[in-house]
Amino acid sequence: MTGEEIRQVVLDILERIAPDEDLSGLDDAMAFREQMELDSMDFLDIVMELRKAYRIQIPEDEYEHLTTMATTVAYLEPRLKDVPVAG
Amino acid sequence: MKYDTVIIGAGMSGLSAGVRLAYFEKSVCILERHTTIGGLNSFYRLRDRNYDVGLHAITNYAEPGTKAGPLSKLLRQLRMRWEDFDLRPQLQSKVAFPGCVLNFTNDFNCLLNGIAEAFPKQIDGFCRLLEKINEHDALDLNRKSVSARKVLSEHISDPVLIDMLFCPLMFYGSATPRDMDFSQFVIMFKSIFYEGFGRPFDGIRRILKQLVRHFKSLGGHLKLRAGVQEIVQRNGQANSVILDDGTEIEAKNVLSSAGAAETMRMVDPTQPVSRPSPGNISFVESISVLDCEPSDLGHNETIVFFNDADKFHYERPNAPVDLRSGIICSPNNFDYSRPLEDGRVRITALADPEYWISLSEEDYQLRKMEWNDRIIEVAMNHIPDFRGHVLDTDVFTPRTIRRFTGHDNGCVYGAPRKFVDGQTSVDNLYLCGTDQGFLGIVGAMLSGITIANRYLLK
Ligand SMILES: Cc1cc2nc3c(=O)[nH]c(=O)nc-3n(C[C@H](O)[C@H](O)[C@H](O)COP(=O)(O)OP(=O)(O)OC[C@H]3O[C@@H](n4cnc5c(N)ncnc54)[C@H](O)[C@@H]3O)c2cc1C
Repeated sequence: MTGEEIRQVVLDILERIAPDEDLSGLDDAMAFREQMELDSMDFLDIVMELRKAYRIQIPEDEYEHLTTMATTVAYLEPRLKDVPVAG
Repeated sequence: MKYDTVIIGAGMSGLSAGVRLAYFEKSVCILERHTTIGGLNSFYRLRDRNYDVGLHAITNYAEPGTKAGPLSKLLRQLRMRWEDFDLRPQLQSKVAFPGCVLNFTNDFNCLLNGIAEAFPKQIDGFCRLLEKINEHDALDLNRKSVSARKVLSEHISDPVLIDMLFCPLMFYGSATPRDMDFSQFVIMFKSIFYEGFGRPFDGIRRILKQLVRHFKSLGGHLKLRAGVQEIVQRNGQANSVILDDGTEIEAKNVLSSAGAAETMRMVDPTQPVSRPSPGNISFVESISVLDCEPSDLGHNETIVFFNDADKFHYERPNAPVDLRSGIICSPNNFDYSRPLEDGRVRITALADPEYWISLSEEDYQLRKMEWNDRIIEVAMNHIPDFRGHVLDTDVFTPRTIRRFTGHDNGCVYGAPRKFVDGQTSVDNLYLCGTDQGFLGIVGAMLSGITIANRYLLK
């Protein structure tokens, strides 16, 4: 997957977790939590959705990389570069 | 096959836990002893009419699309939509005590203004209590127990106002008599007074059917008429369950919504002394089907919490039914776009489980009808006389609740002592639902979700 594809995957996950949020104006450089109502339960679900779709294990001490869209994509890019977008 | 998790009970908590586990691809099987789903909040058909077992109202109401709060949280966690629940808001409810009435709606200002008017000397203290409520983290699973009566008496000096605040909160969510744990008080206060009541047009069956459909579409298994007789341990770990018909089902984890005492009896039927004790708060409910809407008779309240005595007594009564207080609910009085099929009035009062459970079958039928009439009679202080409009009647008692849900004493809110972290003395056996500690429909669903997340999604 390319960075752009990964960004879309994360957007789809956010859409699924928080369907009542308007994500069209999401600022990639700003923390998710500052732009949407995400509590720790929702946050954990981002990790679990990624695991479910791409079998990627994210250890707890690396959750900090998932703060903004930009940092999330940067963190996932090397880990998902040989993985195709899931159907 | 060995399941990742076997769940005992297809009530609100078990189904919600099941959805979470199935969504994240755990193999999960829900085992339910009864012939249908729902547990304490199920539905049935009687003489060609649909009935809900318990449902008065769903607490924690929020407008569709709301981003925060328990209802939005649980919909997100279950990956369900607002339409799946189809909640319509209440019209208005009240707490009616001798000489004093407090109205409330889903807009908290209604209650606030009512208190300012009826209890002008108490309003400052009440506002300080609100601050205390707002800053309290009631969902902290490691919380310590504090008496809500003690906290309230530090802010409010009028015992009538204290009782009027306790009345709806205890009726809708106290496992303990006379007093509540402050965290539970805060949960109930927010869910009833801040957020309020809603109801699906089709009643609880709407939500249950959506939950089960969702659960099955995610690959979860549900077995009805599958009561768990025993939880078998190997090396101190729960390893399998044995059903009433002798079938053995293996599982890496067991999650039980059957109640703490009831569950530990499945682990060790030989009655260990250390077994948690079940609660004894239960109710009798009279359901009248009317040939008109309650509003045609001039009754517009969604729910009336009444108390006709000097003090409000929330405890197991010394009589078969405590006629001093109760709840009158009209499922018709929600903001629907069309009328329900028929008019309904549900009247609920505290009951003595022992009395109802020990009656002979013949006596039971007679007493049920006798007390039904008496309950309706006392409710006449708070609702226009509807007795000439009754098409059909159903009554349930603690005995009914015990028969259909297996809860000792037909207890509605479980044991007084909760197992907030969901753990038991057996490593991989967890509790959710009533005895874990989040009560009511929304509470039970959040309980299932919380315990599944915490231990079973690793
Ligand atoms: C009359 C009444 C009115 C109510 N009204 C409201 C209301 O208006 N609003 C509200 O929010 N809440 C209401 N409640 C409370 C609400 O219904 C409960 O808090 C909630 O449904 C509890 O869900 P649960 O999953 O914890 O337990 P349960 O619903 O009790 O689920 C446990 C399930 O386990 C099954 N089971 C037990 N033992 C076994 C076994 N050995 N093997 C297999 N299965 C087993 C039972 O059959 C049951 O289905 C009401 C309850 C009652 C009784």
